[in-house]
Amino acid sequence: MNQKYLPLIATIVIFIVSYAVCAAQYPNILSTRVVGNLLTDNAFLGIAAVGMTFVILSGGIDLSIGSVIAFTGIFLAVMLESTSIHPLAAFALVLVITTLFGAIMGAIIHYLEMPAFIVTLAGMFLARGMAFVLSIDSIPIKHPFYAAMKGFYYKLPGGGRITLIGGLMVLVFALGILLAQRTRFGTNVYALGGGAQTSALMGVPVGRTTILIYGLSGFLAGLSGIVYSLYTSAGYSLATVGVELDAIAAVVIGGTLLTGGAGFVGGTLVGVLIQGLIQTYITFDGSLSSWWTKILIGALLFAFILMQKAILLLSRQNKRYS
Amino acid sequence: MSTADAIACGSPYFTGDLRFPGTLVFMLNNTNDILTAVGIVKTFPGAVALDKVNFSLRRGEVHALLGENGAGKSTLIKCMTGAYRRDAGTLTLDGTEIDPHDTLDAQKLGIGTVYQEVNLLGNLSVAENLFLGRQPRRFGLVQTGEMKKRANALLAQYGININVSAALGSFSVAIQQVVAIARAVDLSGKVLILDEPTASLDAQEVEMLFRIVRDLRARGLGIVFITHFLEQVYDLTDRITVLRNGQLVGTRETASLPRRELVTMMLGHELQSAEKAVAEAESSSGPVQFRFSNYGKAGTIKPFDLDVRKGEVVGIAGLLGSGRTETAELLFGVHKADSGTAEIGGKPANLSSPRAAIAARFGFCPEDRKVDGIIGELSVRENIALALQARRGWARPLSAAEQNALADRYIKALDIRTSDREKPIRLLSGGNQQKAILARWLATNPEFLILDEPTRGIDVGAHAEIIRLIRELCAQGMSLIVISSELEELVAYSSRVLVLRDRAHVAELTGSEITTEHIVNAIAAAPGAGEHP
Amino acid sequence: MIESALRFGHRLLPQLVALTIILLLIWLVFPGFFALEIQNGRLYGSVIDILNRGAPVALLAVGMTVVIATKGIDLSVGAVMAICGAVAAASSVRGDPLTVTLLLAIGTGLVCGVWNGFLVSVLNIQPIIATLVLMVAGRGIAQLVTEGAILTFNDPGLIFIGSGAFAGLPMPVVIWLVFGIAVTLLVRRTALGMLIEAVGINRRASTLSGIQTPLLLMAAYMLSGLCAAIAGLIVTADIKGADANNAGLWLELDAILAVVVGGTSLLGGRFSIIASLAGAMIIQAVNTGILLSGFPPEFNLIIKAAIIVIILVIQSPRVQAGVTFLSRKSVR
Repeated sequence: MNQKYLPLIATIVIFIVSYAVCAAQYPNILSTRVVGNLLTDNAFLGIAAVGMTFVILSGGIDLSIGSVIAFTGIFLAVMLESTSIHPLAAFALVLVITTLFGAIMGAIIHYLEMPAFIVTLAGMFLARGMAFVLSIDSIPIKHPFYAAMKGFYYKLPGGGRITLIGGLMVLVFALGILLAQRTRFGTNVYALGGGAQTSALMGVPVGRTTILIYGLSGFLAGLSGIVYSLYTSAGYSLATVGVELDAIAAVVIGGTLLTGGAGFVGGTLVGVLIQGLIQTYITFDGSLSSWWTKILIGALLFAFILMQKAILLLSRQNKRYS
Repeated sequence: MSTADAIACGSPYFTGDLRFPGTLVFMLNNTNDILTAVGIVKTFPGAVALDKVNFSLRRGEVHALLGENGAGKSTLIKCMTGAYRRDAGTLTLDGTEIDPHDTLDAQKLGIGTVYQEVNLLGNLSVAENLFLGRQPRRFGLVQTGEMKKRANALLAQYGININVSAALGSFSVAIQQVVAIARAVDLSGKVLILDEPTASLDAQEVEMLFRIVRDLRARGLGIVFITHFLEQVYDLTDRITVLRNGQLVGTRETASLPRRELVTMMLGHELQSAEKAVAEAESSSGPVQFRFSNYGKAGTIKPFDLDVRKGEVVGIAGLLGSGRTETAELLFGVHKADSGTAEIGGKPANLSSPRAAIAARFGFCPEDRKVDGIIGELSVRENIALALQARRGWARPLSAAEQNALADRYIKALDIRTSDREKPIRLLSGGNQQKAILARWLATNPEFLILDEPTRGIDVGAHAEIIRLIRELCAQGMSLIVISSELEELVAYSSRVLVLRDRAHVAELTGSEITTEHIVNAIAAAPGAGEHP
Repeated sequence: MIESALRFGHRLLPQLVALTIILLLIWLVFPGFFALEIQNGRLYGSVIDILNRGAPVALLAVGMTVVIATKGIDLSVGAVMAICGAVAAASSVRGDPLTVTLLLAIGTGLVCGVWNGFLVSVLNIQPIIATLVLMVAGRGIAQLVTEGAILTFNDPGLIFIGSGAFAGLPMPVVIWLVFGIAVTLLVRRTALGMLIEAVGINRRASTLSGIQTPLLLMAAYMLSGLCAAIAGLIVTADIKGADANNAGLWLELDAILAVVVGGTSLLGGRFSIIASLAGAMIIQAVNTGILLSGFPPEFNLIIKAAIIVIILVIQSPRVQAGVTFLSRKSVR
């Protein structure tokens, strides 16, 4: 058994078992309607978490994504309200901005040799500040294109819907998996997480890869912002506070090592779905309070950190006797 | 260049050592040489690491590069692989002069390096490690199947058959070494440098590695082999180059170099050096103050017995990797002994941690000052006061005046050259850092002081002072354990010398037995057999 | 003595200069800035306001400085504030006497510190990861205590901590000043400061010198928990209720920022609590200044980001190496 799949399998087992437990109590949870909603409601988180997965795999962290999502939302709302620009053009523009934003943070991290934590903290403040400057009000988006996009879905048997944004999330995950597992860039990301110095010695272009990673995270945060604006049909600069934390939790619960170098983009999807499932269960239950979500996620986080530590210790011992 | 030219222009190819007149070798610019380095100079602030060193490597040979720590082996390797820029000298690879500006460049030119701590990525698969940056692609996507096939084919050449999609880190160090070698040879293919590849391998794994190295030699590669195991040198290599203190001692054919002479070349002393000025101190007949019986730790150092009297210096000799530092760390509680007992003054002592050892009035100046000794950003004053303060506990601080007095006293007594006691210690030279660490322990008024290579990498003046200090401390009744690769030094101040080999104590010399010659003999003796060649 | 005073002044100089410039800038746009008045034996004015509002971050910065000096970080302090505030409110609502309420809140903070310290020093988990657990779960725990509502209380003793006054100064100001000075004295008048710095710079060499590294790490995280507890009490007392959702939200980032502005390196080692307190006041002065000078508060975060970037650039190893190189050249 290949040890690197152990955390991923643990995640999947936890998901299946908890889904089964939920379904035993509320059989409705198995309906395609709930499944469809699970995808739609968590689409923006999932897309942002794909970017976070790459960042964490490389041994970094990106605290800015929640703010970037909010910035994207308010940027779109203001653009569509005060100009006659087509939403697709606005989407392209905002994606360029957020990608550049991420790439610049990556460049600062690499060239100024500063910890990603502080650089992206500055990015978090900056993006949120830019959002505030654009508007501090919640601005509804009433563009007909948005309405058209919302009406665009695939109907599942049983009344469930795969909406555009839910489908987009699945697509982003598929592309993310491809990027991580089947491209040289993907291997370079893992290599950085394994050790930046060794990677450089082995010929990995560390600077370029770092910039690309944070650029990708910025791009996906922007895409997540677009999805969030489609989801809420509004832009609000105070939205999605703390989404970075949910994304980090999804990545770690998805079996990725928080110190980098090991994990799977696919695991993050399961991590997002576990979080969504906890919320769905609490909604179904009605009597359970919402704070259990946070406590449960914290407990899962702790369990996975301990598990990674144990796997590390075990593999060290195994190696000695192999 | 002809031989005559070589002599005429100051003979850069002269690599013999005057003290070994039989070894005068003129290295002709042999077309069989694949890599030559001539007149390599590398200086660091305050130290000359390499002083006009010459080195040549032939096609199809395994060439041992030997020398103690600080001799300049790794600096020479780094100059040849571009990790360091040399200050002077030329490198010629396969007939053309080269100037690698980094290791990647050297790799492309044909010089591959494999380090002891495998410099690959344990979290990536074996195949990814082999093909990182040059994975086979189609339409931008890595063809994992093709990559696995190629990886299997590559490793089959080395006679190993493993699951190449498993993480490299899940394999033993030996397998990782082979993968590193396969990668280096595949990328470079002319010269392979093996930097202590066998340090953490067991006998069987070493055999596997040697089989591979012999194969590569047969394929015509030039292989540089760095090790501190003399048996392996004689087992595997064709020629030997020895460096000492940044200078070339000589290059010799392995087959015609007696083991004893090799050790002499490495440790560098005159064989006919003066007998120990036998001033058999009365101390060596006094009662045993510190007694370690059957003391040891599995996998670190074999159990040994050690008695130390008051006012006695016990020297520890042995080559790098023989278990010298491990012995010191065991005595100081850095590693916990898993067999045997320790007694101080006849009573059992607890030495389970450095803190416990310090409470028993032990002190330890470690070999690697930068990693284990200095607290770089703290001042000289704080570094000197640290161990005493730690023993007193946080609630009983040394007052500023006490700290200043302490620092001033030792700066003066040990002649620590610093403009100011408040200067961060990292700005001091190596010798002065060493003296400050010594001061840290002297301030705790220890009864048992362990010095691991106290004179390594420091200038001549400081060197002499530290030896004077060792004598003084001993005269004051302190018991010392001194580890050193400078044998004259050990002979000069030790009342007994322990000799270590292969992580075991193999000999104990006392009184008139303590001569450099005896020490060399004890170190060089092949296990269980007579002298090699 | 004079020597050490001079060195101390030198260390604090950049922070004091920055603070002075910011205060003067505010004064230029808002001339009434330095005005103080006394009402009911209590000082009022913008400067007092800065000191008062900066209290939570200042308190957090005290513990954060020590944790960062050990080469660690504590992301959980904001969540711990919420937990301790909730515990205090719940205890007060239940009718416990004030001392019990305070002891419960402070004990909770210490327990949180022990948890973080255990993960870091015993299980050897990276601090940023270890403290993330409580950061994520903490707010949920706080809501568990308050049962999701904003738990209001009316114990005058508890309220006094948030809005009372002592010797003319608001209680929060008195508390952070006294606490900051007390901890500074504790670490500088004992050997703790030096030992903490040694551990942060070189953990292995410190252990070899006989320092009880695990105990020191545990103590650092416990101090951080204690600071969070006091900050949580102040915030809770100020609004006369525990808001598990918003109490201390993102204050861990402000506290880290205060430490960084105070010039303590995130890589551990040399630290100055006083400088971190100055850093906290700089951050609060910027916040208040933007408000007073009529700038839209929206610019607040952008200015904060700009400050971080400037400090980043100044502290960057690359830039510093360049500066040293240049200054050495000019000396020659």
